[in-house]
Amino acid sequence: MATTIKPGESYGFFTDTSICIGCKACEVACKEWNQLQGNSPKFLADSYDNTGQLDAQNWRHVKFIDNVPEQTVDAGNGTAWLMMSDVCKHCKHASCMEVCPTGAIIRTEFDTVFIQQDVCNGCRNCVAACPYSVIAMNETTGTAHKCTLCYDRLQGGLEPACAKACPTQSIQFGPLADLQKKADVRLAALHSQGSTQAQLYGRDDTVYGGLNAFFLLMDKPETYGLPNAANAGLPSRNDVGGYLAAFVTAVVGVVAGIVAFRRRGES
Amino acid sequence: MHLAAEHFVRSPQWTWYILFYFFFAGLAGGSYVVSTLLRLAGDVRDEPAARLGFYISLVATAICPILLTADLGVSWARFWHMLVDVTPGDTGLNFKSGSPMSVGVWALLLFGFFVGISALDTWARDRGGRSEGLLGAIIGRAFNLVGAIFGLFIASYTGVLLSVSNQPVWSDTWMLGGLFLASGLSGSAALIGLLTRYRPEAAFSLGRLHEADAYFSILELVLLVAFFITVAAAGTAGRTLPLLPLWLLALVGIGSSLVAGRGHMRVRPAGSSAVIARAGTDTLIVSLLVLLGVLALRAAVIFSAQ
Repeated sequence: MATTIKPGESYGFFTDTSICIGCKACEVACKEWNQLQGNSPKFLADSYDNTGQLDAQNWRHVKFIDNVPEQTVDAGNGTAWLMMSDVCKHCKHASCMEVCPTGAIIRTEFDTVFIQQDVCNGCRNCVAACPYSVIAMNETTGTAHKCTLCYDRLQGGLEPACAKACPTQSIQFGPLADLQKKADVRLAALHSQGSTQAQLYGRDDTVYGGLNAFFLLMDKPETYGLPNAANAGLPSRNDVGGYLAAFVTAVVGVVAGIVAFRRRGES
Repeated sequence: MHLAAEHFVRSPQWTWYILFYFFFAGLAGGSYVVSTLLRLAGDVRDEPAARLGFYISLVATAICPILLTADLGVSWARFWHMLVDVTPGDTGLNFKSGSPMSVGVWALLLFGFFVGISALDTWARDRGGRSEGLLGAIIGRAFNLVGAIFGLFIASYTGVLLSVSNQPVWSDTWMLGGLFLASGLSGSAALIGLLTRYRPEAAFSLGRLHEADAYFSILELVLLVAFFITVAAAGTAGRTLPLLPLWLLALVGIGSSLVAGRGHMRVRPAGSSAVIARAGTDTLIVSLLVLLGVLALRAAVIFSAQ
């Protein structure tokens, strides 16, 4: 069912990892639409995933997590690997936006987080801040790159390429409120089927004020390389404390200097 | 049960340019502060050493924007985007109080103004023998005081900038700003002391500079201990271990300051003359070890997370 996309509304992704089959169609579709050349092919010798990570050339990355327990989740099923199509989370409280000194990172009319390529000067402060290792430097342009949530497609009324290509509807796109309702229904269904480990990540505001690209996970967030609520801190948490410690040091340092240099009536 | 902080971030690859920027920013800010303290709190015979510090501050400050710009991905064409937001429809000056990088750029610009005028003032004093300088006694001192506040900021904000991130080690402590400031002050005192070799009339201040260096190093040592306690509490201290040689170099620098300062920190009989000695080989060695320690400390911190 086509979604009518209107500026001023919040849009996002609901990625249901329980039905991801690891086909990487999302990675291909993303590269094709966004004209990403991709990195040189390499064998990582780590699972069947040779993409490795999100970076300037991979704005979608299907993680293969094969270090799962040997026992089956429930009777009659084999051991299931965890698969997750990772992407920029388009956080409500975005660490990258918080520290960007140039104003290059903005929130669009679709409530997504976007890096303006003609404004970014490649300081890499956003790279240091992003808690999901999403943003990376493009060696050719010298600027920071990440998923745009297909900003150009949204402006044209089209859903993002990855969601359109996903054959299992593991990646769903739409107005955030609708996606949250769908996620709640799906979570309840999984729990009723006995998959009590299923949980939503980023659905509520416990992680960075809520994520526009949120997930249904089949294990705890750390297993997928995602910080849990206790570890999901904004860079600004250290702002006041850092300056305060520096201020105290400055006061003590100045006093120490005055003591050392004070006039002593020396002849 | 205490849970270790978990980080899933990518390294920003802030390496050599940033390391040396942090080094020179520490010396730029620190030298200005030490010189101001020498001028305002010291004896009239401390003025030659104070002038050395203002010159050092000028040179170090001039290097800073070059290193910062060279580190940018789109360096020379867009460095000014730090100051001006060029977002279509939203252009204007750029200042984000929540981004230490943004605040730091503005502070560096303003500090550069104070450093430039102070260096010019110092040059005028040296050339023309105008003891009160270009600005006069009262305004000149007030000018130095405001400049020193910016100097304190420049020498410290780089540590806060690292902490205001989500990187392991950096974001697990509040101590980096203070640590870099104490280290910058120590290095600056050592560098001014070293350069008194080339300005004999500044030798009067050598003992006081060693003494100040020792005080700054004690402060640095306290903050270093606090840094390791906080990082250990966060569970990321293990990342600092591979850089043990750099930490040891930093400690050697601190130790050198303390050894050099020890002789000058003894209580002297009232009315006794100050220790006046030309900077000798011992000062040369101590100063170089302190400066190496300043650099090593920053390298250890920067590379702990990357």
